[in-house]
Amino acid sequence: METRAFQRIYTKIEEITKATCTIRASGVGYEELAMVAGRAAQVVKIIDDRVTLQVFAGTEGIATNAEVVFMGKAPSLKVGEALAGRFFNAYGEPIDGGPKAEGEEREIGGPSVNPVRREQPSELITTGIAGIDLNNTLVTGQKIPFFADPDQPFNQVMAMVAMRAKADKIILGGIGLTNDDYLYFKNVFENAGALHRIVSFVNTTEDPPVERLLVPDMALTAAEYFAVEKNEKVLVLLTDMTLYADALSIVSNRMDQIPSKDSMPGSLYSDLAKLYEKAVQFESGGSITIIAVTTLSGGDITHAIPDNTGYITEGQLFLRRDTEIGKVIVDPFRSLSRLKQLVIGKKTRADHPQVMNAAVRLYADAANARTKLENGFDLTDYDERALEFARAYSERLLAIDVNIDTEKMLEIGWELFARYFSQAEVGMKQELMDKYWKAD
Amino acid sequence: MKDTAQHTKGKVSGIIANLVIVQVDGPVAQNEICFIRHSDTPLMAEVIKVLGDKAYVQVFESTRGLQPGMEVDFAGHMLEATLGPGILSKNYDGLMHDLNTMTGVFLKRGEYTAAFDTEKKWGFTPLAQAGEKVTAGSWLGEVRENSIPHKIMVPFKLEGQYTLQSLAGPGEYPVTETIAILTDSRGQEIPVSMMQQWPVKRAVKAYQGKPRPFKLLETGVRTIDTLNPIVEGGTGFIPGPFGSGKTVMQQAISKQAEADIVVVAACGERANEVVDLFTEFPELDDPWTGRKLMERTTIIANTSNMPVAAREASVYTAMAIAEYYRSMGLKVLLLADSTSRWAQALREMSNRMEELPGPDAFPMDLPAIISNFYSRAGIVYLNNGQTGSITFIGTVSPAGGNLKEPVTESTKKVARCFYALSQQRADSKRYPAIDPIESYSKYLEYPELQKTLNEKIAPNWINLVEQLKNILLRGKEAAEQINILGDDGVSIDTHLVFWKAEAVDEIILQQDAFDPVDARTPIRRQKYMADKILEVTGTNLSFDSYEEVNPYFKRVIATLKQMNYSEFESEGFRQYEEELRQILEERKTG
Repeated sequence: METRAFQRIYTKIEEITKATCTIRASGVGYEELAMVAGRAAQVVKIIDDRVTLQVFAGTEGIATNAEVVFMGKAPSLKVGEALAGRFFNAYGEPIDGGPKAEGEEREIGGPSVNPVRREQPSELITTGIAGIDLNNTLVTGQKIPFFADPDQPFNQVMAMVAMRAKADKIILGGIGLTNDDYLYFKNVFENAGALHRIVSFVNTTEDPPVERLLVPDMALTAAEYFAVEKNEKVLVLLTDMTLYADALSIVSNRMDQIPSKDSMPGSLYSDLAKLYEKAVQFESGGSITIIAVTTLSGGDITHAIPDNTGYITEGQLFLRRDTEIGKVIVDPFRSLSRLKQLVIGKKTRADHPQVMNAAVRLYADAANARTKLENGFDLTDYDERALEFARAYSERLLAIDVNIDTEKMLEIGWELFARYFSQAEVGMKQELMDKYWKAD
Repeated sequence: MKDTAQHTKGKVSGIIANLVIVQVDGPVAQNEICFIRHSDTPLMAEVIKVLGDKAYVQVFESTRGLQPGMEVDFAGHMLEATLGPGILSKNYDGLMHDLNTMTGVFLKRGEYTAAFDTEKKWGFTPLAQAGEKVTAGSWLGEVRENSIPHKIMVPFKLEGQYTLQSLAGPGEYPVTETIAILTDSRGQEIPVSMMQQWPVKRAVKAYQGKPRPFKLLETGVRTIDTLNPIVEGGTGFIPGPFGSGKTVMQQAISKQAEADIVVVAACGERANEVVDLFTEFPELDDPWTGRKLMERTTIIANTSNMPVAAREASVYTAMAIAEYYRSMGLKVLLLADSTSRWAQALREMSNRMEELPGPDAFPMDLPAIISNFYSRAGIVYLNNGQTGSITFIGTVSPAGGNLKEPVTESTKKVARCFYALSQQRADSKRYPAIDPIESYSKYLEYPELQKTLNEKIAPNWINLVEQLKNILLRGKEAAEQINILGDDGVSIDTHLVFWKAEAVDEIILQQDAFDPVDARTPIRRQKYMADKILEVTGTNLSFDSYEEVNPYFKRVIATLKQMNYSEFESEGFRQYEEELRQILEERKTG
């Protein structure tokens, strides 16, 4: 970020906190970018001629006579085809040793799409994972997070989804990614030979936390370029949004704002919504789909971060280790894709909704039977059969390593119904049972 | 409001997110609207606090790039809705700008489009006569707006009595043309057109009285209509954790309810949900008139990524539109999804102004603001003796699904129907997930409603509803006993009590919002199924062991379900009914 000629340089900082500094300046615009002793900063408050700057990299070592230069614009990214295959930091500077990105300069965090110009999402994204395709079908233009405990393999599952989904571009926003996970993603992308359709913006745990605030906006600005200008199907991966929210709370704390629930800023909902709502299906065919990760502490989804996220996103996916089969599955009870109604039974076979519901209901009966067993009660014949069904259902459909198409999933579903239950127990619409029931 | 031709001007002196401090050169009023000149683009804002010569304004747009010194023009009035024919079928932003006439894919700052077409001509029929005494809200004439009789009224802003000096004859007029001249007591002439302005934060009071609600508002949702009915002019709220089906519930109500006009305020919620309405409503039929749903609907969309300050305005804009149509003697249904986002918008602002916070950092006057808003709903006797109503149903998104939070608690104090969505029911896919035992409709206790229900549905209807509720309650107790003591630790009767409640749950409470037949159940069919289910639960059945109860009732329920999925009184329906009779015959005693 070079300075322009004839710029006014300020050298008298009046106040310094851990994340902000304040100087007297004029002609400064709100949210304008500035350089403080060579570090990027943004205007967050103006009262008369007193301008408060949030310094992304922190204020350690900044002196009261440090040079402050205003850039006359909000933080921005140069967008173009050349972004593809590249790795950048939170400021959009290359970290892969390659040249600087060239292209048209766009301010990040731009305006929202007029809701009447959106299209209703209607194209499904297949992943081969039954816990998603069968039970929680994803649709282009959707936004959905994995709610995961830190020890769960969410990044691996997300990488798997990204590689299998037929997206034109995949944009990775790594927010406080560990170096190991960063290398893992890089490796997966390279091995799949998919690097040419991937753009990454990465802030690792080694980088200052406040810088993380820029990563999702950078990723989404790039995504908007490909979706709007190139009419591409763009998949954005954001991991981990909990660290993004933590960075928000650091800043609001330093600005003396009154915290609301769980020490989070009162504007958390709006802050998160501004990002997630960038997911969109355009009339022109381009789309932005967001798959994010929100790590939980101790599985608590009532914490302000997952709670606000759940109200914004179109469903959520939970991973769980199924102890019966010893594999990771997408939890059929707690997971939900809100947009699945737009495609299941329409873009997929007509029996999809009912097969999905019946299987989950029977799986729930098995869970009840298991509780009974644990409490030392006798099982009925139905309970026994439900348990056997649940095991087969987990193993042949839910396990994350199963990779089959949706029609095959439905076939297996019918096969399992007929093996373990009577028609009355499955209780679907009669016409569907007449058509698909697999008599032995 | 001050009434000077010379409007106050000011200059920006501070900016903190969407709160801007303006140094003013003259009088300003609380809630006055102003425009900040950013280059050539005026950005709309509202005064929310005044300290000396500093006005604190909340900007309805992004404040990126604003600088101290920018000029501000004050408008001399509060935030106003523009009312007139042409509102129906429109999609507005929170400030009532037409989203469809905006240019481009992305929203542009400061693009303020007109609420409706001012050039279109409407076929006007006079309803009043010259010489009549009129007051605010008096009907002067009528135009047809999408087949709805849209009354042209004396503007709500006019206080006191006027004489109608002249009125235009039948003919085609644009909304801007003067169609009537009124004279006040001093003989001063006031021209009236078909369009008027109203400050949205004020309640329209152009009516003579507000009785207690007494008429059912049918929604086609069984768990509401049968068990906890909402009424014309009633208030209700739907709190529920995310994923419990609030939005599906609201959409079902907006599609099926027996209303003349539906105003939907999508307040700080997902854009894709609004797109559902935009896409589906022009296609779907209104079950009451057979016309397209969009013809009776207006959507106010302030989605969660649109400016926060406009979110607060959006619910008021929606209410003002609802009040306008109520004054025409129409049944209006107003839905707001979600009122929690509106409360959060208030919290963000209160926080930026560094006010001392109340519980959970919400402003101290939150309960007052909420109750004031709900009180604008209701059925009214207009001055001409006709009735009009606003039924208001709001959703609440309690943080962490915990109902002991300020927005839920404040709402519970004012809303008379409570539809509690239960996470447990949602998890087991029992939709709609309204908890039948926690939820209530206070209106069921109103003798005036009991009377009309018994007249409309069946002479003993209230009694039947009580029976159903009782079965559910006893079933819940039985379920707890079975859980504690085990299947073989309780009597067969306990199993029967449990399964009878299951039958009521599966057949009356649960409803498939996505099935073309089951999605909407007219009240006559609800009555039929309630009778049917009470016939089943009232039949004495005999079993030798508890193990026989479960498979038997599964068959009963499966058959009843097929009835729910079949066209009412169709051949298939009768066939399943006969099947049910035979199943009951198998184990019937006495």
